[in-house]
Amino acid sequence: MTGRLATPVMQTAVLALGTALAGSAAEAAGRLNFYCSAQEEWCQIMARGFEEATGIDVDMTRKSSGETFAQVKAEASNPKGDIWWGGTGDPHLQAAEEDLTEPYISPMRAELHPWAIAQAESAGDRTIGIYSGALGFGYNADLIKADNLPEPKCWEDLTRPEFKGHVQIANPNSSGTAYTTLATMVQLFGEDGGFDYMKRLHANINQYTKSGSAPIKAAGQGETAVGIVFMHDAVAQTVAGFPIVTVAPCEGTGYEIGSMSIIKGARNLDEAKAFYDWALSAEAQNLALEVNAFQVMSNVAAKKSDFAPDLSAIKLIDYDFKKYGSSDERKRLLAKWDNDVSTLPQ
Amino acid sequence: MLIFWIIAGWVGLALLPWYGVEDFLTFSWLAEGWPLDPDLAPAAVLVAKGEKLWLAPLLLALAAPLMVLGRAKSDPVHARILIAAGGFGFAWLVAQGLGIGLRGFTAPWLEALFGPLGERQFGMGYGALLTASAFLFLFTQGIAARGAVGGDVFVAGAIGGVIAVVAIFVFFPIARMLMAAFVSDEGRLSIGVFAAKVTDGRIWGLGCLSGGRCGAAWNSLGLAVLVGVLTTALGLAFALVLTRSGFRHKRSLRALTVLPIITPPFVIGLAIILLFGLSGAVTTGVADILGIRPTRWVYGLPGVLIAQVLAFTPIAFLVLIGVVEGVSPSMEEAAQTLRASRWQTFRTVSLPLMRPGLANAFLLGFIESMADFGNPLVLGGNFDVLSTEIFFAIVGAQYDQSRAAILAMVLLGFTLGAFYLQRFWLGRKSYTTVTGKGDAGVHPAMPKGLAVPVHVVVALWSAFTLVIYGMILYGSVVRLWGVDNSLTLKHYVTAFSLAWGEGGLRWTGSAWDSFWTTMLIASAAAPLTAAIGLITAYLLTRQDFAGKKSFEFGTMLSFAIPGTVIGVAYIMAFNVPPIEITGTGLILVISFIFRNMPVGVRAGIASMSQLDRSLDESSLTLGANSWQTFRAVILPLLRPAILAALVYSFVRAMTAISAVIFLVSARYDMATSYIIGRVENNDYGLAIAYSTALIFVMLAAVGLLQLLVGRTRIGRRTSFGQGH
Repeated sequence: MTGRLATPVMQTAVLALGTALAGSAAEAAGRLNFYCSAQEEWCQIMARGFEEATGIDVDMTRKSSGETFAQVKAEASNPKGDIWWGGTGDPHLQAAEEDLTEPYISPMRAELHPWAIAQAESAGDRTIGIYSGALGFGYNADLIKADNLPEPKCWEDLTRPEFKGHVQIANPNSSGTAYTTLATMVQLFGEDGGFDYMKRLHANINQYTKSGSAPIKAAGQGETAVGIVFMHDAVAQTVAGFPIVTVAPCEGTGYEIGSMSIIKGARNLDEAKAFYDWALSAEAQNLALEVNAFQVMSNVAAKKSDFAPDLSAIKLIDYDFKKYGSSDERKRLLAKWDNDVSTLPQ
Repeated sequence: MLIFWIIAGWVGLALLPWYGVEDFLTFSWLAEGWPLDPDLAPAAVLVAKGEKLWLAPLLLALAAPLMVLGRAKSDPVHARILIAAGGFGFAWLVAQGLGIGLRGFTAPWLEALFGPLGERQFGMGYGALLTASAFLFLFTQGIAARGAVGGDVFVAGAIGGVIAVVAIFVFFPIARMLMAAFVSDEGRLSIGVFAAKVTDGRIWGLGCLSGGRCGAAWNSLGLAVLVGVLTTALGLAFALVLTRSGFRHKRSLRALTVLPIITPPFVIGLAIILLFGLSGAVTTGVADILGIRPTRWVYGLPGVLIAQVLAFTPIAFLVLIGVVEGVSPSMEEAAQTLRASRWQTFRTVSLPLMRPGLANAFLLGFIESMADFGNPLVLGGNFDVLSTEIFFAIVGAQYDQSRAAILAMVLLGFTLGAFYLQRFWLGRKSYTTVTGKGDAGVHPAMPKGLAVPVHVVVALWSAFTLVIYGMILYGSVVRLWGVDNSLTLKHYVTAFSLAWGEGGLRWTGSAWDSFWTTMLIASAAAPLTAAIGLITAYLLTRQDFAGKKSFEFGTMLSFAIPGTVIGVAYIMAFNVPPIEITGTGLILVISFIFRNMPVGVRAGIASMSQLDRSLDESSLTLGANSWQTFRAVILPLLRPAILAALVYSFVRAMTAISAVIFLVSARYDMATSYIIGRVENNDYGLAIAYSTALIFVMLAAVGLLQLLVGRTRIGRRTSFGQGH
């Protein structure tokens, strides 16, 4: 008897996992599915801040910008997210290029820095700048002293022979930060000069990491002397207590624009727009200071941290986001880097 | 039996909501317009109202089996009707689900054939689930009635069920993902793109032979072979010390060997960096003594190898311990009676009988190493392996899904190769040693020549493991690991603080949310994984049916593919109807079941191939059916395998990261993705404290499971005093 009864029960158990359940198209009003690509605390405080400001429930998912892009693309035929906030601008531009995001012109634009609006215009209003951060490098002061190295001030210093095996940068194939470095060198020194620089730098690189901010974390732990990263990442290491000195290279440097986009086909479009407008306000952008985010915010009235790298004191190049953010140019530069630089002996 | 499934089918078709309903289990839908509201209506009601008419054939298919109720099972019409009705119903259900989606017809040719469709449909719900199960099992009953697999309804149903779920949750998403390999940048199908990318020098380069760098494929292959061999050897050494020596502290040794699998990712890597990195304690110490400059020697093959061997030895051990225990002492005693020396006995009797265990342990180590993602990420240096390349092809600056798919194919090719090599090595020999006959022997001790090196290796490796875990524990109570070493408990407070407030206890710590979600999902996934794994192992070792080999490979497939690929594949496959489960806890549970099932299968196969078939036969001869035999005879003898499957799947659900990254959602965040967030944010202390807490939770859970499952008592004298 038990055998007879147990069989159907078992079979149900086997198949109960089988076919589909859960998840339906219905959703409650006043809810926002928020994809966040900044660091955890910042995402949390943005989600809670918006809930307090509007009473709209926020479901926040934090992933790196590359992961979020992969997810938005995979979900394209049935989007689950409403708004995507934070992370470097290139994946946002890529999403705009692939028609994964929704154009929107916010009434808040009048309060923004011109670079934030330029970002929007280069993508047909499908994305907008929320913060910017300059590229640079950081070094571990203890290691530099122990190894009797000169303090590096310029991009050129990093190619000097005594820095052999002391410099770390991410692989531009896997990291937006390193791709920004490559594009910056091309714009700073011209295409030939830029690649020549990358080749000389290659001789000194001890490791091409996968993730963009890994080099400066390695520097913090004393695993490399110099890491090429965005300056705000280096500053965050110093504030966390590591012996890191942040450098704005003397030749000038490129920068990223952290961006925000509304996902095409968002189920809560009105809430997404409300978040979009709120996130551009000075009040929302001031939240960055509470979580040690040292980027420069896009609202002109937003407060600045004392630790934040002063963008006006840094020689910034006129970075062409439209050209270097396009997938054709990116593929071309990466292929050239793969063939001409990464294959050289070190 | 038959009646049961016919009724179940009609309940699914005529009573339960056909499409997915949020919060189904609260039954609030009963009050929200069921059964007439189109979102909540059963299929029969929809058809009666003239909507979604493509569901109508299902009613006919489910009516047909009613005709056979009066007929005898031996009547050929009985079988024929069940096969036709079940097969057609299931096929139609799948076809309409795939053919009609959120925007009407899903393929252009369907629209060309039938014209545009005004209606659309969402993901299937419990009604569809129950009806689909009914069709499937009606079909398998028809097959059984025709005399397949000895007319055994249970076996036929189990085979059908496992095939169906593996097809839906392994083949379907992976096929969808791999299709991307043939898609060019413009979104068209192209063989040329495939050919160009598959022969890429970054995959197959052999530069390392001449001082340069090798392609990711060779790196992965070399690493996986090394890891497979080393973990199997170490696992065997631990198993031998536990079963064939007078070693005193077996219990603590056992706990120590399990430690690494209950460690969340990145933590071992961080500990290894703090020991062997450029500024690591060991590296700087040795450099000082030798008077040389410290180097970054650990980054690359050495570091990844150390971390992976540390992490995967326990898996080899879990597989091997059951097998080593299971080798019949009688055979060993017989050899000794025939004047074989201990060494001869070990070499010619014990070791060959352990072959299934060795082969399975190697295979698992090999595959785990191939698919591992966390350790190469932290320690890989410039040593590129396939799994990290795949991850960054998807999420990196390239956004190149077709490259990811191609790399996944290469990886799959290696795994397939290892799998067939393993089968070839095992050959057709019999490894049966547990029979129904009394077997009251004692395992002989290891031969001296073997015992000494084995004990030395085990002692060294145990000491190393202890040092690593000492570092981790220490790291969780210092302010800033490696910089500010003053002691503090603040990381634990931040993560796990509690407060008494209004309404009693409040979980104020930042880690509680993800902690409880993880516990819930892990405890849901573990028993299901073990059940499916062991049933599959039973089918593979005890039953013969057509297509058994490809069936076996299919069950291993999801394990062989790195989690990141599975993660993206699951999103692509299960974000749209007919199966729409992204953003739920269910997708996490399912991904864990099918990722970890192979361990249950392997452990089950290794143990079951030792059980003599005469045990089953005598049970069957005495009138039990195959289900009763499975439950009352085989299952109790499989306790080590059950324990291995349960422990492994529970623990992996708590420590896995790669697939999880893509599948977590706001409401279902997992511990590991929370920890990664901390590490990215330089919060090493918090990450390590959380990991340490998880390690203790899992230790407790493993102990509890061991108590619940109990041990197999094979009728043997206890050896060496108190036994083990």
